[in-house]
Amino acid sequence: MATYLIRRLLIAIPSLLGISLILFTVLALAPGDPFGELATNPNVPPEVRAALRAKFGMDDPVMVRYLRWLAAMAQGDWGFSFASRIDVDTLILQRVPTTLFVIGSSQVLALLIAVPVGIYAALRPYSVFDQIANTLAFVGFSLPTFFTGLLLILLFSIHLGWLPFVYQADIAATGWRWYWEHVRQAIMPVTVLGLFQAASYTRYVRSAVLDVARLDYVTTARAKGLSDGAVTRRHITRNALIPVVTLVALQMPAVFGGAIVTEQIFRVPGIGSLLITAMLANDTPVIMAVTFVFSCLVVAFNLIADLLYGWLDPRISFR
Amino acid sequence: MTGKVRMDPILSVQNLSTAFKVERAWRPVVRGVSFDIGPKETVALVGESGSGKSVTALSIMRLTPRDSSRVTGSVALGGRDLLKLPDAEMRKVRGDDIAMIFQEPMTSLNPVLTIGFQIAEALILHRGLSRSAAEAETVRLLEKVRIPAAKSRIHDYPHRFSGGMRQRVMIAMALACRPKLLIADEPTTALDVTIQSQILELIKALQEEEGMSVLFITHDMGVVAEIADRTVVMYGGEAVETGATDDIFKRATHPYTRMLLSAVPRLGSMTEHARPLPFPEIDRSTGLPLPQDEIPDTVAHAERPVLQVKDLTTRFTITGGLLGRPRGRVHAVEKVSFDLRQGETLALVGESGCGKSTTGRSVMRLIEPQSGSVLLDGEDIMALGERDLRERRKLMQMIFQDPFASLDPRMTIGAAIAEPLAINKLASRSAAREQTAELLRRVGLSPDMASRFPHEFSGGQRQRICIARALAVRPRLIVADESVSALDVSVKAQVINLMLELQASLQLAYLFISHDMAVVERVSHRVAVMYLGEIVEIGPRAAIFGNPQHPYTRRLLAAVPIPDPARRHEKHRVTNEELKSPIRPLGFEPPDRLYREVSPGHMVQLPSEGPSEAGLPVAA
Amino acid sequence: MAGSTLASPSADAVALVPDPAAVAAPRPRGSETWRRFRRHRLATVSALLLGVIVAGVLLGPWLWPVRIDEIDFAATLQGPSWQHPFGTDDLGQDLLARMIYGGRISLAVGFAAMLVSTIVGVIVGSLAGMSRGMLQGLLMWVTDLFLSLPQLPLLLLVIYLFRDKLKAAFGVEGGIFVMIVVVIGGLRWMPVARLVRAQFLSLREKEFVEAARAMGASRSRQVVRHILPNAIGPVIVAGTIEVSAAIIAESTLSFLGLGFPPDIPTWGRILFDAKDQLDTAPHWAMFPGAAIFLTVLSINFIGDGLRDALDPRRVI
Repeated sequence: MATYLIRRLLIAIPSLLGISLILFTVLALAPGDPFGELATNPNVPPEVRAALRAKFGMDDPVMVRYLRWLAAMAQGDWGFSFASRIDVDTLILQRVPTTLFVIGSSQVLALLIAVPVGIYAALRPYSVFDQIANTLAFVGFSLPTFFTGLLLILLFSIHLGWLPFVYQADIAATGWRWYWEHVRQAIMPVTVLGLFQAASYTRYVRSAVLDVARLDYVTTARAKGLSDGAVTRRHITRNALIPVVTLVALQMPAVFGGAIVTEQIFRVPGIGSLLITAMLANDTPVIMAVTFVFSCLVVAFNLIADLLYGWLDPRISFR
Repeated sequence: MTGKVRMDPILSVQNLSTAFKVERAWRPVVRGVSFDIGPKETVALVGESGSGKSVTALSIMRLTPRDSSRVTGSVALGGRDLLKLPDAEMRKVRGDDIAMIFQEPMTSLNPVLTIGFQIAEALILHRGLSRSAAEAETVRLLEKVRIPAAKSRIHDYPHRFSGGMRQRVMIAMALACRPKLLIADEPTTALDVTIQSQILELIKALQEEEGMSVLFITHDMGVVAEIADRTVVMYGGEAVETGATDDIFKRATHPYTRMLLSAVPRLGSMTEHARPLPFPEIDRSTGLPLPQDEIPDTVAHAERPVLQVKDLTTRFTITGGLLGRPRGRVHAVEKVSFDLRQGETLALVGESGCGKSTTGRSVMRLIEPQSGSVLLDGEDIMALGERDLRERRKLMQMIFQDPFASLDPRMTIGAAIAEPLAINKLASRSAAREQTAELLRRVGLSPDMASRFPHEFSGGQRQRICIARALAVRPRLIVADESVSALDVSVKAQVINLMLELQASLQLAYLFISHDMAVVERVSHRVAVMYLGEIVEIGPRAAIFGNPQHPYTRRLLAAVPIPDPARRHEKHRVTNEELKSPIRPLGFEPPDRLYREVSPGHMVQLPSEGPSEAGLPVAA
Repeated sequence: MAGSTLASPSADAVALVPDPAAVAAPRPRGSETWRRFRRHRLATVSALLLGVIVAGVLLGPWLWPVRIDEIDFAATLQGPSWQHPFGTDDLGQDLLARMIYGGRISLAVGFAAMLVSTIVGVIVGSLAGMSRGMLQGLLMWVTDLFLSLPQLPLLLLVIYLFRDKLKAAFGVEGGIFVMIVVVIGGLRWMPVARLVRAQFLSLREKEFVEAARAMGASRSRQVVRHILPNAIGPVIVAGTIEVSAAIIAESTLSFLGLGFPPDIPTWGRILFDAKDQLDTAPHWAMFPGAAIFLTVLSINFIGDGLRDALDPRRVI
């Protein structure tokens, strides 16, 4: 197990390096001088512009520039946001918790729906419940998040007026009221993202359970006299979750993509909406940093998936 | 059985019928089967694939799929009809009164739960034991099934156990609640023959100790003769004949039973024949064998051998650890040497992991060997470049174990048979079509089948198609890798007869790779016994079977079940010796092996000096 | 030959075995596939629906010859009427005409990006599936690396950096079209590559491929005649899903205001323009949203039907 974990960690490092290389290559290949914007941007004081040009050594060979950029990123020196006039790392640190909160809650919601529904549907294949769940799952992941978001706003904010459609970071309230307001404004973004993921996770869980349910050891368990519930709980679920973990990990980049859209629709002040704002404002250091942070988060979630995998499957340490 | 007083049966199956729903129609799989199982009695349910024997067992346990199956009749256990019990009551019967073990030990245990938990589960459920009491009982059960160091192993996961050991764990699980009846569904079919004899002995011994009855499901008449008091022969979903095992073997009345018995190869039945012998033809109405002739001598003794293998060595590197560095090597084939003449069959025998299949593939260079030489008609195959090798391969063809897997599912069989002709540019399109028709006739199929797809044929027909495909390029040598092992016994006999006839008419040389000693005795001129990648004994078939010298050969032959209840031998003690693995540390070089010539052509490997690396106990 | 054959009653007992493969009636493969596809009712309905949508956007300009940029300030933000079946936007432009136009672009992006990703994926996957050692390791590492790239941010980044250059090279419409297709395709080939590789790895060990090798078939013949035809079913299914994924990706970009410019009204772009008038003109957002949803849903159902039809025993 320890070897396995160290191995996964060691694999994560070249991944991060590779991602940073791709990011930097995109930047280096981009036509024109990516910092050319600085010259025309009135928000940037001349001394900052000069410092940046010197720091990035725009005339050095590409490799040298890459290594220098990497070293700066590793040391937490992520540059200066022209638009917000604040250090990029500070800016991102302010925004990350909100994004993690939204993504985390939506994943929990997705799994809370997908695991029971998927198991129940798979144990009664082609029953009415299964067919309804399956159709709804298809509808769920065919509905783009931006459209669901607009539908929810139309229904709950405009027609019914129950929920606010603009997310606020600082709510002027204290105590329970503060928590309540927070929950209330998080409901729609979390639902949009959670339902979208729940749809595809339900399909994964269903097909994994279907595969496991016809294996020999499930017959063995039934031959022992275990009740259907016990067979499902002890013998099917854990085995079925093993492939699901892999598939969920593969979905992480898409989840972050969905988070950007959701944050944009509901004006959630996370790093996703920060990215869009920075792009519309041509704020290159922020764009680079946010993209890199997203990559790191994906790699981190993959590591968590590996941990789960090792915990679910005792054969891992054996391989 | 004759010696026992018939008492009230433990289990009485009356008029059991099971049907499955296939595309909205009910398809009967078991039809009106009736039999009783007495106390402490072993009843064998024997039949070929599709005979409904496993479904019968699942129906008794009510483990058939609830929505898509229908079971009628009655299954009486101690006065209660199991088929009429409510679900909750039936669950109390399962695992407590009736326990079951399955064919595939590798997949019958849950991989993510410890074996201790899986055994204790039934104890806690049916006997209401506490966790600690269940654990103590689990250790006792594991000791009972002769698992070494039982106490230290209960927290291990199944992947740490070999196939034979897993089947012991399954048996321990089944015995947990001292069932009145144990249903064993082909429990030894997936195991090697020496492990099979261990498990059979274990089941017999435990039956004595526990005083339970056993319903033993198998396709192997040898196993039936070995273990069963009474036998039920199933065919096409019906029980066609029921009786004491002795009577079934000596005085079978139903034509199918007779046919089945005559198609069963019996170890030791060939002592009076010098050459391979086809299986007898059966009169369809009586099921009695027709008189038959011996086939002529096909071996070209005077000519140069068609295949000369010298010091063939194939090793695979195992990687592992943090950086995937090589950790050890599988010495799959280790300095193997043999000759094969035109018209001759050399059998390579051994248990799983002994390297017999790798040897076959290395000879054809389907797997690249490390060293050694392979002379085909005097030309060294090992020295050929890729293009020449492809050209040369038409002289040697291969027939695989699974005929379905070895046919491209998207190609008609006509295209499949014509493919080697196209690859080697041997015939024009129309000539190829004609040759395909001729080849199909040759293997006993009709030429108008050429436009069909593989899934429209039965297993035996598919293997005939594979043989036709191999023959298309007129090879001199055929490597038959377990080619008949997956076939039902009657189909197996037909395919073997076909192969023998083709050998006689085409002077084919066969490298016949098999684990089935009885089949090997029937078809081969010479036999090579492989163990851990090495040939430990090689010689004429009569010498190997009549006068085995190497301890491993003896052990292998002793383990083969004999389909003759009269010869049900007094078995040696139950060992739990496992198969050894041919994995060696990096840089390991086996010592030079010396061979002793017992009689002309019969060579036996001498035990090497020092500690026995091959793991074989040095025989006195 | 017949003389030496055992007259066994069970020689072809296969008819008794509930083996679905052996029971199937002899039928040409194509019609068998179509029969199985039609059994999937939702997929059949979806195929019809998608046909209607495709025909609509292709033939639409002839059936509804209204200019997409005809501004009419007298009729802004009107709901559906006979004159404007889908209503109008804030400039009084006819939404039906705009959606017919945008639908062509959205669907074209979907199919073109699918082709890019499938072709790249099949090439990388087959290379990785047939090679061993270093090359295979490298290809799989790159695939996994691309899989863990956050696609949408990267997509946005690339578009942000390159859009002006391409606009200059190919013109507004062409440049952005090429860029979006290449970028979406270039960031979505990995699942196909993994699928193809997995298929190759399992197929190349299959006995029928080994049999071809034993017959002397060259490597390219093994791949072309035996491996690819058997691997193609799941690739078709994956390709179908790719179309819907690409349509969603394009709509997402446009919806974020970073895809096509306002004068090219793709469905996502119309939604983007509509979202600030949600309270006064909900129809403006509903029609393009429903169009995206129905197209994607029907493609996904068709993919599911193809999966059942091409792959009844689930190779992967």
